[in-house]
Amino acid sequence: MTATKAPTEPPKQRPVRRPGDRIFAGSAKGSGIFILVVLAGVAAFLISEALPALTASSEEIPGGEGLASYIAPLVVGTLIAAVLALLVATPLAVAIALYVSYYAPRRIAAGLGYVIDLLAAIPSVVYGFWGLAVLAPALVPFHVWAADTLGFIPLFAGPASNTGRTMFTVGLVLAVMILPIISAISREVFSQAPALHREAALALGATRWEMIKMAVLPYGKSGVIAGAMLGLGRALGETMAVAIVLSGGAAATINLISNSSPSTIASNIALRFPEATGLDVNTLIASGLVLFLITLAVNMLARWIVNRRADFSGAN
Amino acid sequence: MSTETQAPVRSAEELRSGAIRPQRRLPRLAPLGLYAAGIALGALLSALGGFSVVLTVIYGAILGTLAVYIGSRLVEGTRKATDRLVTALVTTAFAIAMVPLVSLVYTVLDKGLARFDSQFFTASMFRVVGEGGGAYHAILGTVIITALAAAISVPIGLLTAIYLVEYGSGKLKKAITFFVDVMTGIPSIVAGLFAFALFTLLFGNGIRLGVMGAVALSVLMIPVVVRSCEEVLKLVPNELREASYALGVPKWRTVVKVVLPTAIAGLGTGVTLAVARVVGETAPLLVTVGLITGTNLNPFDGRMATLPVFAYYQLTQPGVDTQAFVDRAWTAALVLIILVMALNIVARLISRFFAPKTGR
Repeated sequence: MTATKAPTEPPKQRPVRRPGDRIFAGSAKGSGIFILVVLAGVAAFLISEALPALTASSEEIPGGEGLASYIAPLVVGTLIAAVLALLVATPLAVAIALYVSYYAPRRIAAGLGYVIDLLAAIPSVVYGFWGLAVLAPALVPFHVWAADTLGFIPLFAGPASNTGRTMFTVGLVLAVMILPIISAISREVFSQAPALHREAALALGATRWEMIKMAVLPYGKSGVIAGAMLGLGRALGETMAVAIVLSGGAAATINLISNSSPSTIASNIALRFPEATGLDVNTLIASGLVLFLITLAVNMLARWIVNRRADFSGAN
Repeated sequence: MSTETQAPVRSAEELRSGAIRPQRRLPRLAPLGLYAAGIALGALLSALGGFSVVLTVIYGAILGTLAVYIGSRLVEGTRKATDRLVTALVTTAFAIAMVPLVSLVYTVLDKGLARFDSQFFTASMFRVVGEGGGAYHAILGTVIITALAAAISVPIGLLTAIYLVEYGSGKLKKAITFFVDVMTGIPSIVAGLFAFALFTLLFGNGIRLGVMGAVALSVLMIPVVVRSCEEVLKLVPNELREASYALGVPKWRTVVKVVLPTAIAGLGTGVTLAVARVVGETAPLLVTVGLITGTNLNPFDGRMATLPVFAYYQLTQPGVDTQAFVDRAWTAALVLIILVMALNIVARLISRFFAPKTGR
């Protein structure tokens, strides 16, 4: 490396620029710029198609009370479902990651990791099927119990749904869906924790948990946060599972176990878009734009968190 | 280990004299036994108020964990007990998390095998209102649209990755990296709406084309391709590039002839996994491609059937013979899972068999 610093010729300009080089570099650069254009295009086309709904009078919007009051309950539903999923999934995902990286018998650990990677690839529509056919009926007793016992908490105010197709079930289905994603990323950073730190901790007499607490978790924290954010983004935008499982109303309520929970933005689009015409289409695209902005914000926040802690990330 | 054993034997008497507290350990199987005892107690508790499996598991997990903690604390001390507590918690959490995943696979297999027959793969839904019919049209539609999406995304994604690793610098590189990351998080339905808006502006209202679905899937696929290819290209050792430059090879030929062949296994794996990610996407196809009952293999001419959308509509909008529709839906789900698993396994095989033979 030091030889290249010889002061004979400053490497500002490459001496020969072959046409092949120029074409190749140009097309590579062009592809990169094209991606930026596409992203800008996503925003631009959504805005242009949402514009009629933004400027329409409030009577023309479905519901008859304007765009804001049409979208607001959907935003509430989206956020509740995603946050519930995140709260359930993150601790479990970290536990899975720790188990696979440090607790499972060596021989089966690799296999377990592979199985979890496979589960991350299962299509969302299948999770929706499962939620509808298995989880929702299985959770009905819990709904009844929660309405009876925990009814004083607004989240469980009831009346309990008798199908189980509620926000609570949706949250759990989403949690199951994002579990493999979060745990895959956590596992990756956990297994990258420097072996010297871990061995040093063990050599000083730390128990396995103390070793994890001192050497692995501080190192993997940003990875876990990034994974959780990625999972949150996925849960926010998740469409089919919610569309299949949830049978909700339109009220903006935080009640998790009744039949009146609001739908989410994405599932509302999926349910109404195929039959929508005229201004309905524009309204739905406007709600899609809101979803786009929310996920954009979450993702940028996640990036910012990860970049801020770049010193600890697995990249170096 | 054999060399270490002598030291403790010699110092055992000194230890007993009190200078250092001896390490007392639970026997190897004791934690398991304690945990089992806790579960048994949990079963007993739940049996008091009418036996139920769920309550047994909940009580059992709590009591089992407690039993391990207390037992270990009495014998081994606080630090060791905390360690055992965390071990029990982590293992329990892992077991809990596995339950839905196992249940999902079991349910899909159980219900999907009902119609997993040759007719499902050879017949379309054309003029089928009750039993029979299949997903021939939907499977082909999925293959065509996914292939088209891959044909759009792979060149763009690969070239962008090459730009980022080989050429990029400064603000543009940072911007592309950042926005590719952001793009990874675009909800699939938004990608579908984007394709819909784009084609509506170009071709007028109410348009549904297979290629719209391919465009929507590309929006989801490109960032995945870029990220995985970028990671792989970064792994190619710089020495190879420098050796090539030293021989007077132009940069673009170095990339094409040295860097890409070295990374080909990883690139193949990355692309296959990206395909696996989009092959099951439902929402973007729902809003752009729609569904038909007949076989349409031309992505530039009207609606097409795709497997995920087919499964969704079979389940949610069944006809008169509900069971036949539900059966088809589950079989479609099973085929979808098999497809995704197969792609994942292919990706694994690619990375195993095409990996460059380097001594790491």
